[in-house]
Amino acid sequence: MHSSVGHALILALPVVVVAFYAMTAWLERRRAGANAPISFFKRNGIAVSIYLIAAVTLWTILMIVLPQLYMIDLSFRPKLPPNQMGGPKDLYTLENYQYFLFGSTRSTAQWNIIHIKAFALTIGASIVVTAFNLALCYPVAFYMAKVSTPARLRLLMLMLIAPYWVNEILRAFAIRILLASSGVVNQALIGLGLVDQPVDFLGLDIGMYAGLSYAYLLMMVFPLYNAIESLDRNQIEAARDLGAPWWHIHAFIVLPHAKPGIASGCTLVFMLTAGALAAPLILGGPSTLWFTPIVYDRFYQAFNWSQGAAYALLLLLACILFVLAAMRIGKLSLGEITR
Amino acid sequence: MTGQLVNRWLIGIYLAGFFTYLFGPLIVMGITAFNSSNYPAVVPFEGATLEWFRILLSDGEVVQGLRTSLLIGVLVVCVSVPVGLAGAIVLTQIHARARPLYYLVVVSPVLTPGVIIGISTVIFWRDVTQTTGIRMFYDGIVMTVLSQSSFISAYCMLILLARLQRFDRSLEEAALDLGATHAQVFRDVLLPFLRPAMLSASVLAFLASFENYNTTTFAILADKTLTTVLAGRVRQGSTPAISALAVMIVAITVAAAVAYEILKRRDDARRKARKAAAAAEEGRDLTPVVVGGAPQSAMAD
Amino acid sequence: MAAAVELDKVSIRFGDFTAVDDATLAIEPGEFFSFLGPSGCGKTTLLRTISGFIEPTDGSVRIGGADMRGQGPNSRPTALIFQNLALFPMMSVAENIAYGLRVRGTSKTERRKVADRLLDLIALPGQGDKRIDELSGGQKQRIAIARALAVEPKVLLLDEPLSALDLKLRHHMRNELRAIQRRVGITFIYITHDQGEALTMSDRVAVMNKGVIEQVADGRTLYETPRTAFVASFVGENNAFIGTVAETDGDIAQVASPAGPLSGRNLRKLRRSSEAVLFVRPEALFVDAEGPLAARTGEVAYEGSQTHATFTLSGGGTVTVTFGRGETVPEPGAHVRLGFAPEDAIVLPREGYADA
Ligand SMILES: Nc1ncnc2c1ncn2[C@@H]1O[C@H](COP(=O)(O)OP(=O)(O)OP(=O)(O)O)[C@@H](O)[C@H]1O
Ligand SMILES: [Mg+2]
Repeated sequence: MHSSVGHALILALPVVVVAFYAMTAWLERRRAGANAPISFFKRNGIAVSIYLIAAVTLWTILMIVLPQLYMIDLSFRPKLPPNQMGGPKDLYTLENYQYFLFGSTRSTAQWNIIHIKAFALTIGASIVVTAFNLALCYPVAFYMAKVSTPARLRLLMLMLIAPYWVNEILRAFAIRILLASSGVVNQALIGLGLVDQPVDFLGLDIGMYAGLSYAYLLMMVFPLYNAIESLDRNQIEAARDLGAPWWHIHAFIVLPHAKPGIASGCTLVFMLTAGALAAPLILGGPSTLWFTPIVYDRFYQAFNWSQGAAYALLLLLACILFVLAAMRIGKLSLGEITR
Repeated sequence: MTGQLVNRWLIGIYLAGFFTYLFGPLIVMGITAFNSSNYPAVVPFEGATLEWFRILLSDGEVVQGLRTSLLIGVLVVCVSVPVGLAGAIVLTQIHARARPLYYLVVVSPVLTPGVIIGISTVIFWRDVTQTTGIRMFYDGIVMTVLSQSSFISAYCMLILLARLQRFDRSLEEAALDLGATHAQVFRDVLLPFLRPAMLSASVLAFLASFENYNTTTFAILADKTLTTVLAGRVRQGSTPAISALAVMIVAITVAAAVAYEILKRRDDARRKARKAAAAAEEGRDLTPVVVGGAPQSAMAD
Repeated sequence: MAAAVELDKVSIRFGDFTAVDDATLAIEPGEFFSFLGPSGCGKTTLLRTISGFIEPTDGSVRIGGADMRGQGPNSRPTALIFQNLALFPMMSVAENIAYGLRVRGTSKTERRKVADRLLDLIALPGQGDKRIDELSGGQKQRIAIARALAVEPKVLLLDEPLSALDLKLRHHMRNELRAIQRRVGITFIYITHDQGEALTMSDRVAVMNKGVIEQVADGRTLYETPRTAFVASFVGENNAFIGTVAETDGDIAQVASPAGPLSGRNLRKLRRSSEAVLFVRPEALFVDAEGPLAARTGEVAYEGSQTHATFTLSGGGTVTVTFGRGETVPEPGAHVRLGFAPEDAIVLPREGYADA
């Protein structure tokens, strides 16, 4: 199929969807007659209505939907010089995905080990980092929600938020200074006589994982805190009165209640970690390949945007699968996750 | 009793460890900013210096990046807050059947990795430029603003939505009943009600834009923002000048946080005073009666 | 002169549900008019229809003689006091009061003058610069009234404005509302489910039940000559005897009830053997050796100026009797006979009367 057909479909899609909903709403109003609820234009007035519709249309269509659809579209098109784009050679193809698997657009003889491994590593490591952050933040969130006094709570909040006003790059940089071979940690270890050679934290990727976990702690604490905060303290007291041990209270009362917060925190942290660019660039060892830098290189080193789009789409699919899994496991709706 | 004491200790130690993890790297970085050694290091501390701050401020690329970042931040606030506001209002009014799809579309940027938002924006506008010949949009700053706004608007929408859900529709009706037009209701009642949330949304939007790297690095093309300049520097090798920059940012942060805290305390005190005043007034409720209490001319003319 | 507000066969339906059914009435200029009815009977719906937030499904609303169809709330000469007052929290007291003038483009100095004048009227002089959350419940109440009066409406609509206040303040505000109404001389339409409020303040009251206006009259008429069984039981205390009309004789009908044959005024001209309820007020009953009701005294509650006693009837059911000062009240447990004058009892059609 030629790419111009695809473009026509892409441009028609939002129009059709919007028209469909507008039609059903209009028909419903007509059927309801005098009982119809007050119309959008009447409720907001003409000027405000125009602003609302214009802003939302620009946002949803031009800033969200069309770019995504164009990216999907491009990922199925061959790499062509600009003057040939839209020309006779611009036919839909799977060659970009083939490249991801086999490292070549023609042969399927060899697996593209480097890219596949980087992809698998990124997804796997992101899951581990997410789980680690959940374990690390749960006690803090619980303390803030149910133990701390209001004054102390405000202080804790401030202390949590303050580091996040520091740029992501600088935070990664701080970890690098800390873990460098002449950094504070190594000097301390040597000083204590625990090691006699500096440990190459960065080369071993310990730095990168520390940086990834460090970067998005906040995104875990706050959803957890919000969810636990809404738990009625009496439920905990009642369980304690009945003699439930502390782990039982957490496993069967607090955690189930905090499920939306856990799902939402994990989704955010996973998405941010898998899509992280700064920490891998700054903290990754020379042999590490995180997936996002590879995507970047497809665009701005290899100048193969079609391939880049295909790689980006793979990453996006992984994130979507994670969100769906979180929704399924937690039996949650999208609204509960993004709260 | 001792069990509780042990528990308290354990929690204390845990929190201390957690916050060491959070602040340790930043503090270390802060110290290196003042160390005159050429490589960012705490020990050997070769003497305190402000030299790195001077170097930083005379670095043309950093200053230029900072300017671009500020410009983009302001533009993003100007786009995201109105768009997020419209998004929130439309969400409360949209037909029930279209709401799930609409919600999915508008929150999807929050759950999409930043790099992908940057990539898709660049791809889209490149194509628009190629097909229409309008070059205006294929510009680093424009595309960065657009791509950042696509998800920052969603943040703003979520903030405004939370406040909007507490809006009492009878205020709107009261204004209409007093003769206001819909536009006047929007300007006089809804916007002032949302103002605190719009302020926080603006601050958040600016910060999110200012420190964004993932989306920006794809969308900015040949221009540079502070974060992309920094990323380049950090990758080339580190100098304490970068630590110096971090210290400045942290200092501004702490100052802003303290100022915010003071304002909040003052506001709380004021609100408490008002409540006390209202409580005091309750006692007087039963005293004055209209008849005779008011001058005769009150409504007569 | 045209009526202030006219409802002409107004019906309001939400889907299949009829909230107001075929309401027709005229409210005179300068009248204090109340709608009284139990919760959910459609009072608010009717009021919102008059103020323009709801269009009637059928029928029309006229204000000052002009048909209001298609006119939004912002172009009707009415002002509504909301159940929760709906004062603007982000404006000062004076700004609240003058908001209606601001949207009409009145100058700032003029607005301030009007606000000050109205603050005097509601006995809160010099409070214009306060903020809404610095006010007590009663003060907010008065500010809401002042805000509505500032636009000089022809009709002021009040939706249970006192329901949020405590009992003492509620009684106090009744007098103030009435006084304000006398003073400004415009039509007040007042909604309440509290009959004490409706009867003490209003010139006329419309009693509503399940979307239907059952009777429109002044308080005394409602109490003394209710037109329906619902009004008889809803307005004031009443003792009800359900039965069928056994005999009619001029204005008097005799009802065969489980307690025996009882006679009362046949205001609705019921025919023999139609289903009916006979109502007797507690104060119309008295101990009478010849009376038709055999009863045993139950609880006796002494309340100073009068005494309430309940009696269990030998035919089943109970009645309440009010004794004035000086009347002898039977001892609890005593067997007595009770009677009443047929002119003090009313026989009404049973239709729509649910109480067993
Ligand atoms: N917009 C609406 N859609 C559907 N039903 C409605 C709507 N508004 C009101 N109703 C229904 O109409 C009936 C009358 O409501 P209304 O608010 O007028 O009662 P009310 O007499 O004011 O009661 P209350 O004393 O509790 O305020 C109620 O049963 C209510 O559920
Ligand atoms: Mg009501």
